[in-house]
Amino acid sequence: MTGTSVGSKDPDRPSAPQASPGGDPSAIETRGLVKRYGRTVALDGLTMSVPRGEVFGFLGPNGAGKTTAIKVLLGLTAPTSGGAWVLGRPAGDLVARRRTGYLPEMFRYQAWLTGREVLGVHCRLIGLPRSEWDSEIRATLEGAGIADRGGDRVAGYSKGMQQRLGLAVALLGRPDVIFLDEPTSALDPVGRLEMRPILRALRDRGATVFLNSHMLSEVEQVCDRVAILERGRVAFMGPLAELLEERLVRLRMTGLGDTARAILGRFGRVAEESGWIEVRGCDPARIPDLVAELVAAGARVHAVEPRQTSLEERFRALVAGGDR
Amino acid sequence: MTAFVVAWLTVREAARRRLFIALLLITAAAVTLTAWGFAQVRDALPPGTLTSDVERQLIYAQLLILVTFMFSFVLALSAVFIAAPIVAGELESGIALALLARPVRRVEYLVGRWLGVAALVFGYAVGAGVAELVVVRLITGYAPPSPVPAIGYLCAEALVLLTLALALSTRLSAITAGVIGVAIFGLAWIGGIVGGIGVALDEPGISRVGEISRLLLPTDGLWRGVAYHLEPTPLLLAAQGAGPAAAAFPFFAAEPPSTPYLAWCAGWVVLVLGLAIVSFRRREI
Repeated sequence: MTGTSVGSKDPDRPSAPQASPGGDPSAIETRGLVKRYGRTVALDGLTMSVPRGEVFGFLGPNGAGKTTAIKVLLGLTAPTSGGAWVLGRPAGDLVARRRTGYLPEMFRYQAWLTGREVLGVHCRLIGLPRSEWDSEIRATLEGAGIADRGGDRVAGYSKGMQQRLGLAVALLGRPDVIFLDEPTSALDPVGRLEMRPILRALRDRGATVFLNSHMLSEVEQVCDRVAILERGRVAFMGPLAELLEERLVRLRMTGLGDTARAILGRFGRVAEESGWIEVRGCDPARIPDLVAELVAAGARVHAVEPRQTSLEERFRALVAGGDR
Repeated sequence: MTAFVVAWLTVREAARRRLFIALLLITAAAVTLTAWGFAQVRDALPPGTLTSDVERQLIYAQLLILVTFMFSFVLALSAVFIAAPIVAGELESGIALALLARPVRRVEYLVGRWLGVAALVFGYAVGAGVAELVVVRLITGYAPPSPVPAIGYLCAEALVLLTLALALSTRLSAITAGVIGVAIFGLAWIGGIVGGIGVALDEPGISRVGEISRLLLPTDGLWRGVAYHLEPTPLLLAAQGAGPAAAAFPFFAAEPPSTPYLAWCAGWVVLVLGLAIVSFRRREI
C-alpha cells in the first residue's frame, strides 16, 4: 500500500494516488515511513494517524525525526520507503498542498518584500482569487499580531515578527491542515500565550494543526492528542489526557529500609528524584494506607505530595537518552 | 502561470536589491568612458578622403568589437553571478521551504527563475548594447552593419551561461556554482583561442580543442557571431583575406556560426535546463 512510496524520488509526482487506508481519509496518515540519509536513519517505520479537526502535538528529542516527517508529508523530501498521505492524498500531491499551510522551523521570507507583499506572493501561489487577497492578507496579519507592520520590509522585522509573518503565511487561504514546526521558538512569553487561542480557533473551525514543539508546557495547554517520537519511531501516541493521567505521589522520607521499599513497590513503580521518593501509578485514595504502612515499618515520612504527571515528566520517562 | 509568478518575483528581487541601479550606473560610466575614447580617436584621425573614411571605419569597427568583447565578458560574469545564488541561496537560507511547500511544481519554480534571470540579463544586454551603439554613432557617425543580430548573439551567450549556473546551483552552494561557472567560461574561451591557433597553424589536433570546447560550452562560438555582425564589409574582407590566420585572433570572425551550430546551441540550452529540472526535482529540501 503506497502513497508517496518506494521508488518515487520526485516530490511533485508521488506514486499512483490511492485513498489512504481505512476509508474516510484522516488529515494525516503514515504507514511504515522510513527515511535514511546515507547511514543515518531519520525515520524508522513511522506509523501514525491524525484525525481531522484536532490539535496534534508531535514531540520528541532533537534528532528524533520530527522535522523530517513534516518535510516528507509536505513533499519537500522523498521517503526511502513507506507511505504517507495528507487529506487522503499522497504526500506532496499538489491538491493536498493547496489545502495545507506550513510554518517552517527555519522561517525565512524575502527580506526585500514587505509583509503584505510576501503574503501576496503566497496568495498567488495558492491560487486565491484576486478579489480575496486584501481581506485574507488583512485577516492573517491581524491574526498573527503584526497588522501594523504589514507595510514594512521583512528586513526590518525582528525574529519574532518574522515568525509571526510565517504564521500568517501558514494561515493564508484557510487551510485544512496546518503544519507548525516550533511556532513559538522566537516569541516572547506574551506571544506564546497569544498562540494558544489561535490554535484552538483553528481546531474549532475544523482544521487540523500538526504542532511540532519543544515547548511541552504549550503542548499541554492546546493539544488534544500527541505522538512522542523516539529515534524515528512512535514511542507513544494517544490522547494527551491518557498520557498525563498517571498519578504519582512524592514522599520525602528517612529510615527507608528493605521492608519500606517493598511496601512502596506494592503501591506503584518507585523512583528516586532529587531526594524525593516517587511512586508512579499510585491511586490517590490509597495514599493514606501507604503512609500508614511506611510508618508502621519504621520509616519517617516528612512530606507527602500527590501529583499528576506533567508532560515533561512523561516525556522524559518515555524518551531514553535525552538530546543527541 | 506559476512560472511567470516566480519570474516576476526574480525581477522584483533584482529591483529591490538595487541591481538595476547598479547596472545602470556601471553602464553609464562605461558608455561615458568609451564615448570619450571614441571622441579622442575621432579627433586624432585626419578628415577627408575616401581612403581615410574606410580606414576610420575599420578603426571604429575594431574598437567597437573590442569594447563589445569586454562587455560580453561583463555580461557573462553578471549572468553567472545573478543565476548562481538564485536557487542555491534560497535553499541555503530556508526561503525555499515555504515556497516549495505551496502547490508549486519544482519545474515551474526553476523555469520561473530561469525566465526571470534571462529577462534581467537580456534587458541589461539590450539596454547597454543600444546605449553604446547610439553613443558611438553620435560621436563618430559609425554604425555597425548588423547591430540587432550582434546583440542577439550577446543575449544567447549570456543565456548559455545563466542556464549553466542555474543548473549548478540546484546541487551546489551559490559560491561554488558561481566559481565553477566562471571557470568553465574561462576554459571555454581559452579553448576557443587554442582551437583558433590550431586552425591558423593547420594543426587538426589543436584545432579540435576549439571544436570540442565550442560544443561543450557554446559561448566562444556565439561570441564569433557577435564579432561577425559587428564587422563592416572592409573588415570582413580583410578577415577573410587573412585566411586561416584570422581564426587565431579572437576578435575576428570570417563567417557567422552555421545553422547546425545554432541548432546545437539551442539544444544545449534545452538539455542543460532539462538536467537542471531533473536535478532540482530530486533535491532534498
